[in-house]
Amino acid sequence: MATPAPVSAPAFDLSARFPGIASPDTRPGYSGWVIPKENLPEVAAALRDELGFDYLSHVTGVDYLPEGKMEVVYQFYKTTGGPGLSLKVQVPRQDPIEVPSIVSIYPGAEFQEREVWDLFGIRFTGHPDLRRILMWEGFEGHPLRKDWKEAYYEEDIKPFKSRWPEGKHVPAEDKTPFGDNVTYPDGFDAEKWIPEDPEKALYGALARYQVQDETGLGTEHVIVNIGPQHPSTHGVFRVAAILDGETIVSLKPVMGYLHRNHEKIGERNTYLMNMPFTDRLDYLSSMSNNFGYALTVEKLMNIKPPERAEYIRVMMAEMTRISNHLMAIGALTNDLGAYFTPMLYSLEERELILDIFEAVAGSRMMCNYFRFGGVVRDLPEGIPEKIKGLFFERLPRRIDELERFLSENEIVRSRGIGQGVLTAEDAIRYSASGPLLRASGIPYDVRRAEPYSIYDRFDFEVCVRPNGDIYDRLMIRFDEIRQSIRIVQQAVRGLPEGPVMAVKPAYTVRVPPGEAYGRVEGPKGELGFYIISNGKPSPWRYHVRAPSFINLTSFGPMCIGQKVADLVAVLGSIDIVLGEVDR
Amino acid sequence: MSEEMFGKGILKSLSVSLKRFVETYLDDLKWLGRRYRTAEGITHRGSKDGRGIFTVQYPEEKIPVPEEFRFVPFLVYDEGPDGEKIMRCTSCGICSRVCPPQCIWITRTTDPVTGRPIPDPAEFYIDADICMNCGLCAEYCPFDAIKMDHDYELASFGRNVFDKARLSKPASYYEEIRPVNAARENAARAAKEAARAAPKEG
Repeated sequence: MATPAPVSAPAFDLSARFPGIASPDTRPGYSGWVIPKENLPEVAAALRDELGFDYLSHVTGVDYLPEGKMEVVYQFYKTTGGPGLSLKVQVPRQDPIEVPSIVSIYPGAEFQEREVWDLFGIRFTGHPDLRRILMWEGFEGHPLRKDWKEAYYEEDIKPFKSRWPEGKHVPAEDKTPFGDNVTYPDGFDAEKWIPEDPEKALYGALARYQVQDETGLGTEHVIVNIGPQHPSTHGVFRVAAILDGETIVSLKPVMGYLHRNHEKIGERNTYLMNMPFTDRLDYLSSMSNNFGYALTVEKLMNIKPPERAEYIRVMMAEMTRISNHLMAIGALTNDLGAYFTPMLYSLEERELILDIFEAVAGSRMMCNYFRFGGVVRDLPEGIPEKIKGLFFERLPRRIDELERFLSENEIVRSRGIGQGVLTAEDAIRYSASGPLLRASGIPYDVRRAEPYSIYDRFDFEVCVRPNGDIYDRLMIRFDEIRQSIRIVQQAVRGLPEGPVMAVKPAYTVRVPPGEAYGRVEGPKGELGFYIISNGKPSPWRYHVRAPSFINLTSFGPMCIGQKVADLVAVLGSIDIVLGEVDR
Repeated sequence: MSEEMFGKGILKSLSVSLKRFVETYLDDLKWLGRRYRTAEGITHRGSKDGRGIFTVQYPEEKIPVPEEFRFVPFLVYDEGPDGEKIMRCTSCGICSRVCPPQCIWITRTTDPVTGRPIPDPAEFYIDADICMNCGLCAEYCPFDAIKMDHDYELASFGRNVFDKARLSKPASYYEEIRPVNAARENAARAAKEAARAAPKEG
């Protein structure tokens, strides 16, 4: 919702339960609770067991360089719905920075704590496997710290002064020739350096599993790497697994091959410049990314888009969900060995949706269509009719056909039913979201749990499937497509006339100081943006809660005990996009 | 898996494929060759009523791009009475400041006598390899001077650094690729000029 003022009363009084420990965050524009780091495990356990905040949405760090502080921010929700609770731990900015890990209480924090360690250099004591996750082992420095500078560093924030009025084009690679953009630590001699095996830590972590062998026969386990270049990993993604015969006994995903430090770029950019960059996160559903980002900044600015813009936004977000799910269905069946037939059938329908995006936003995938306070432009002539034709006449029929094509197919059923099961408890524990969570029987949908925009006006159901296996995760995407078609039908029928921007379009926006966490139900799950403004043209902290990344936390546990061939199907059923995983 | 499998589901799947296969030829017959390499055939294939073969055989066939389609920007110039190029750009620098990947470089012209800036760029570079086609420059240009192009065939053997000469295109080209936008902007500019002229008369 874009309405509430940035300063809002805490939804829940934590200081009553923890007197003297939890104190409200009183900085202007901030909310939530600050606790000492020693009490974190105790408070986290109470939140989960006593107070019902069973879902850890995201963990991230903030570097307050001028104040000499580091902060770790935790955001909790209840899977029964309602507002969230944010918890902050502040530590002095002096290495070694240590904060207790909460992985034993919320296993969903595993990858996120690794990310905070990697990018901020905050050590989580008690973390079972604290390695770098996005950068490689041996990387020097922690990139999201404010005093860390990248190889082609020019200035702290854009726009760069070298562009105008005395701009002369110089290719970046000429300014910093290869070899000159490297800095070595003091006393480092590259000639004498013998690197440690970079995979040692990974294989060491992989090898920590319990051997359960009832036969008493000694069998040799083998390490198998799938990817980073492998057609079934949906991008540059690697899976390292230990196999006992064909059975997976231990598995770790390895990511970061597409890492470009999106968040650092975001902190160099002005608020508006970030909009096209969000397109490139989950590039299959850019409209949804735009939505989440626009919503968060609007929360900080305390503005609300006009009615017509809200309807257009909802339509676009639901259309992007359909196109994303069609792609997910196609890719998963492709992984199951159906080759290209279902993939091409679903791509055909996706193409028609992308045609609408192209006519409306100017680009098929990199839409860049949302602005703070509305959308770029009104729907061009003839587009509402085109949407009506597609959503009332063609798509419902075609989705039925695609479901008839796949749902009863014996190969799909035998590869899917009972395979790669994620139980409801585990789905919550591992912070799974989106179709992955709902296919495990948890009817949690941000559009209903904490309605944003105008979703409270539409009639749709939160899809849920009980079994949590690959087949359910495939079928729930059909269910969700049908619900999205319903929403688009209602929105296009009720589309009001009027302006599409609440404020005068401007390339510089004034964002008051404060923090905001905005989230939308993206096609892949809860897509959140955590933004801290200090009143300057660029955000001080810009964090993306990427659903693909956090959904991967449950990938390992889902695969243990499966055959290696099912690994591909399990990964396909999670539906990841590496642009978002690696950021 | 416990359930019995008789292959009925697979037959059902195959029947869907068969239906699609037959549809292809039925639709081809109905259109009698007009379905391919004709503008109406391409439009039909990509419409809600399209059945059968969906693919467009690029580069022999091309999907028409919608008006709002955006690709690497270009600079608009008006043609003077003697055919000289009057750049709309005043080198105010808004496009280079709003550009997210910072791919626009502008050198402002200064009067050699007074040292004051002249509203016409001396140099204007866009590194098309860095440009992310977001369209923010065109969106926030107050002079309708920089616009997004429709020409998406930019493959080359070297780097695509476009200078002022390569970027400049006439206003007539802009009106041709974006008629609705151009008409609206021309009307707005005319109204503005009329408003500026009005107080003088009054």
